[in-house]
Amino acid sequence: MDSSRFLSEKVKEIKPSGIRKFFDIVSEMKDAISLGVGEPDFETPWHIREEGIFSLEKGKTFYTSNSGLMELREEIAKYLARKIHVSYDHKSEILVTVGGSEGIDAVLRAVLNPGDEVLIPEPCYVSYVPCAKLADGVPVSIELKEEDNFKLTRELLLEKITPKSKVLILPFPNNPTGGIMTKEDLEAIADVIIDNDLLVLSDEIYSELTYQGEHVSIASLPGMKDRTIVINGFSKAYAMTGWRLGYTAGPKEILSQVTKIHQFAIMCAPTTSQYAAISALRNGDPDVEMMRESYNQRRRYLMHAFKRMGLDCFEPFGAFYMFPSIKRFGMTSEEFATRFLEEEKVAVVPGTAFGDCGEGFLRISYAYSLEQLKVALERLERFIKKLDSENNTKQDS
Amino acid sequence: MTFPEWMRFINREIRKDLDIYMRKQLLSMLETNRRLDKEEAAILLGVTAEEIANEMAAMEKEKIICGYHTLIDWDKTKEEKVTALIEVKVTPQRGLGFDKIAERIYNFPEVNAIYLMSGGFDFTVIIEKKTMREVAAFVSDKLAPLEAIQSTATHFVLKKYKDHGTIMDDVRDERILVTP
Repeated sequence: MDSSRFLSEKVKEIKPSGIRKFFDIVSEMKDAISLGVGEPDFETPWHIREEGIFSLEKGKTFYTSNSGLMELREEIAKYLARKIHVSYDHKSEILVTVGGSEGIDAVLRAVLNPGDEVLIPEPCYVSYVPCAKLADGVPVSIELKEEDNFKLTRELLLEKITPKSKVLILPFPNNPTGGIMTKEDLEAIADVIIDNDLLVLSDEIYSELTYQGEHVSIASLPGMKDRTIVINGFSKAYAMTGWRLGYTAGPKEILSQVTKIHQFAIMCAPTTSQYAAISALRNGDPDVEMMRESYNQRRRYLMHAFKRMGLDCFEPFGAFYMFPSIKRFGMTSEEFATRFLEEEKVAVVPGTAFGDCGEGFLRISYAYSLEQLKVALERLERFIKKLDSENNTKQDS
Repeated sequence: MTFPEWMRFINREIRKDLDIYMRKQLLSMLETNRRLDKEEAAILLGVTAEEIANEMAAMEKEKIICGYHTLIDWDKTKEEKVTALIEVKVTPQRGLGFDKIAERIYNFPEVNAIYLMSGGFDFTVIIEKKTMREVAAFVSDKLAPLEAIQSTATHFVLKKYKDHGTIMDDVRDERILVTP
């Protein structure tokens, strides 16, 4: 007998990730190459791995306190003070989570009442909408525009605010667009946020990967710290995706409730990862700098290659993604990505996996070696030429 | 200082920072890729190919770039080759410091590298030969008889795992093909 009668309506209504669908096609292809990953190509720096190994050798195999190792929280507080110039009390304002993702889920569950609206700028990472729904919130998407370099503008924000608006998700530097928000961009929306008494969930997981000036957190603007929850983690900055470690920082009244959810759902983040992360924060700056420089070089290389092959793309200054427009080929993102995969065996992610307004775009990751990128770009150029000649024949006949 | 003069001063400072940045990045690229394409390097660093060429020529002249070598894993070829690391103790003689002795040693073409060391011995000499017998012959016939040399200790390399920052075996991409 079909067991689906046991399922909750809420869960059934949630659409499976658009990426998942694509992954199933790719994984059946033997010799496909990919520009589709959302994680660094670097291995975790050895000193960090070594610290994890050492903790295991010393028998650090037990739970830590719910909020995470005190030593790690101290280092996180120092890091945030140094990087985003906001001081957090490591005892009450920082929670170590299982990746940044857990923080997003737990915070939304802690703050939403049924019917509360969550403003979500799109295109964006795939988990905000489902997490908001699971927490009984109502996701309200704000469609960002290419002509604004995929920034959240004051006008776009004001358009979507209602009396029910409670949380604004601020995912910058952005996956999938690579867009960033500078200090001026943030200042332009800060008073709207304050005037409408919104809470900001600022997902800064790509904060170390900005290529135009330093990353600025909205929490550092006047009057914003008490209404901002910062989500960050070790996955992207230190190439530690598999370690599943992140953190949440924010006002203690909110954090204590988020900790309650974390405590009952998770207990604590993985102990080995926490020990390793201490070394990441203490000694990892040169590694981060090396990786950032390497991504930046590839970013320039891709910009140049796209221009040469006539693929329109705004210049992204964050994360490790390009978000070129394929509108001129007269096909949907999914059609383009599927044909590209079938005909040239290269996987890219259709923009629609990150929200409906991703239609007409592709996410291309440059978390690959230059050699891998060159092979893939050669195939992309060939594919584009083919599409152009097909379109020309169509027009001629 | 008048305004234009002051501007020139600032520009020069910024210019200097850029040069230092470019040199560092260019050198770290060259260190692992001697066939570096100048056009490509220009794109990667956001400068012109001409600037790359000028910088490389300048660094060659300053002997910052001392050559363009290729890292070869000889173990994967049919070529017979043994590498030996020789610890050498010397007695520096009056008017003949370490540098002069080093010169006597590095002029042998079979000497691949020689370093002056701190600690229990004075020089590390790395040599490559076809067979162990040839290495032995070099040490006993050429190196040991040099007047200044007190003693030698020869160690043979059994296997090279990593050389010049490069791991000799392939590293595979273990990632799942598509992830959010």
